[in-house]
Amino acid sequence: MLILAGTIPVQGLPLLAGPGNLTPDGLLIDGHLLDQNRGTAAMMTTVAVVCQKYGLPAPLCVTAGDTGKRDGSSKVYAYLTERLSELNPQVIAFHYIMPDIRRNNQLVKAIKQLKRKPLLIADAGSMYVAKAGGHAPYYDIFTPDMGELAFLADEKADHPAYTRGFIWHMNGEASELVQRAYHWKNAADILFVKGTTDYICRGGQILKSISEPSIPELEAIGGTGDTITGILAALAYRGTDLIEACLIAARANREAGRLARPTPATQVKRIIEHIPQALTLAEKWLIESQIEPLGIIPDYIQKSTTVAEEQATIH
Amino acid sequence: MKGFLNKIFDKVDSCVRKNNSVGENDGAGSGQEASDGPGADKSNLQQQAARGLLIFANTTEVIRAEEILKSTGYQIRVVSPPAQYRTGCDLAIDFPLVEQVGIIRCLKEEKIVPIDVLPLSAERLEPLRLCRITDFGDYLMVKAANMKITLHKLTWKIVNISGGGCPDVPYLAAEMIGKRLPEAPHPKKLGYTLCAYSLSVAYEEALRIMEGQRC
Repeated sequence: MLILAGTIPVQGLPLLAGPGNLTPDGLLIDGHLLDQNRGTAAMMTTVAVVCQKYGLPAPLCVTAGDTGKRDGSSKVYAYLTERLSELNPQVIAFHYIMPDIRRNNQLVKAIKQLKRKPLLIADAGSMYVAKAGGHAPYYDIFTPDMGELAFLADEKADHPAYTRGFIWHMNGEASELVQRAYHWKNAADILFVKGTTDYICRGGQILKSISEPSIPELEAIGGTGDTITGILAALAYRGTDLIEACLIAARANREAGRLARPTPATQVKRIIEHIPQALTLAEKWLIESQIEPLGIIPDYIQKSTTVAEEQATIH
Repeated sequence: MKGFLNKIFDKVDSCVRKNNSVGENDGAGSGQEASDGPGADKSNLQQQAARGLLIFANTTEVIRAEEILKSTGYQIRVVSPPAQYRTGCDLAIDFPLVEQVGIIRCLKEEKIVPIDVLPLSAERLEPLRLCRITDFGDYLMVKAANMKITLHKLTWKIVNISGGGCPDVPYLAAEMIGKRLPEAPHPKKLGYTLCAYSLSVAYEEALRIMEGQRC
């Protein structure tokens, strides 16, 4: 099972937990139709699109309305903490949520009690709280942008807004920021740094860089980082070697951007529409590039789950 | 009046008790250096991480602020302030740092303004106020910390907002995109978190650029 967790900026939206199904009007979860335009909904929609392309079971989406008052975030933390043992997920992708160290500590404790550790991917507020709570190395993948990488690199900062200026000014020095993040144990096993150039990092080193096709406008478009996290989560769930998954996600997001021919005013919906075709192009690119996978394949690959089994667990 | 003073004395007692239990480090300490290297005394630092202190001019304001914030549902508590702010047995409010914007706004609405806001990390840090500008030709992107706001240069309409990780960011984006910069709601008026604060820094910088007063 692939679990996607995060909040939606809709006041009063109750806790929703159910398969994320694509419809022409948006993503349908637990009887509620969500606008896919940014944040958690963009990430979840992307995952649903990739799962559909590869015939994977729909992800279990856990979400609630939160406009910054932490009400929805608390519901998502509580649901996961209480239900994880029966859900027994293979992959969890955490997204927009109010950073709450106490609740996240409880969640991490619940994960540690599972028979098998799921692959953990964190972006946005979930990544902030993982770092602030000292759990970063326990996670498998973080997906920061350059500003967030500076935050991870700053051992003193509790939130990106408190990143010290001299570190924030190291914007062009990804390598040094990556080293700092790993040195201070504020990085997950793998860092996927999103930006003009995407960096895939492990053990304090940049393993791969991807900068083509170059679509500078993507940085301005809200949600284009969320689509990367979504592609990555779905590919990891598919059992793809994790570095290979990062390479495909980086390339596919750029290809989707190229296909959409965006301006800085384009909305991410238009990018998501092109992801299935972009994935095909990215896989072709990877084969032609002859980049060797590094063999970082999660151990749940052999234990595939049928769609029927997944749906039974969700309900 | 007597009841009110008793309330203050209760708080003072509480302050003394907390000072006596600093070794337990409940997150209400005075911001001493907690870590010299990776993993060194990490638990101590993590206890303090992501909390902040509101410093007030007097104890009366602390008590009013406590009542207001608790009744609004914020997870706060009254603690002793760091040494440099102590003038006797003073009080401060320990709060979740990430909710700084919402808390300050909530207090301002009640006409209470803290004299300072301190992150309870290993040293005194200031919120980042630096901006970077990217020119896309017809569009301009202003970036502050982890937040980016993009505008159409002719109309000054907000066309995109990206970055951030707190739940109010997608909400702010939905409320602001499509509006002209001067008519869009200020992120500090709608947001609650430090991501909203960073977006407000970018927003204000964009306003300065629009007004031809680039600094």
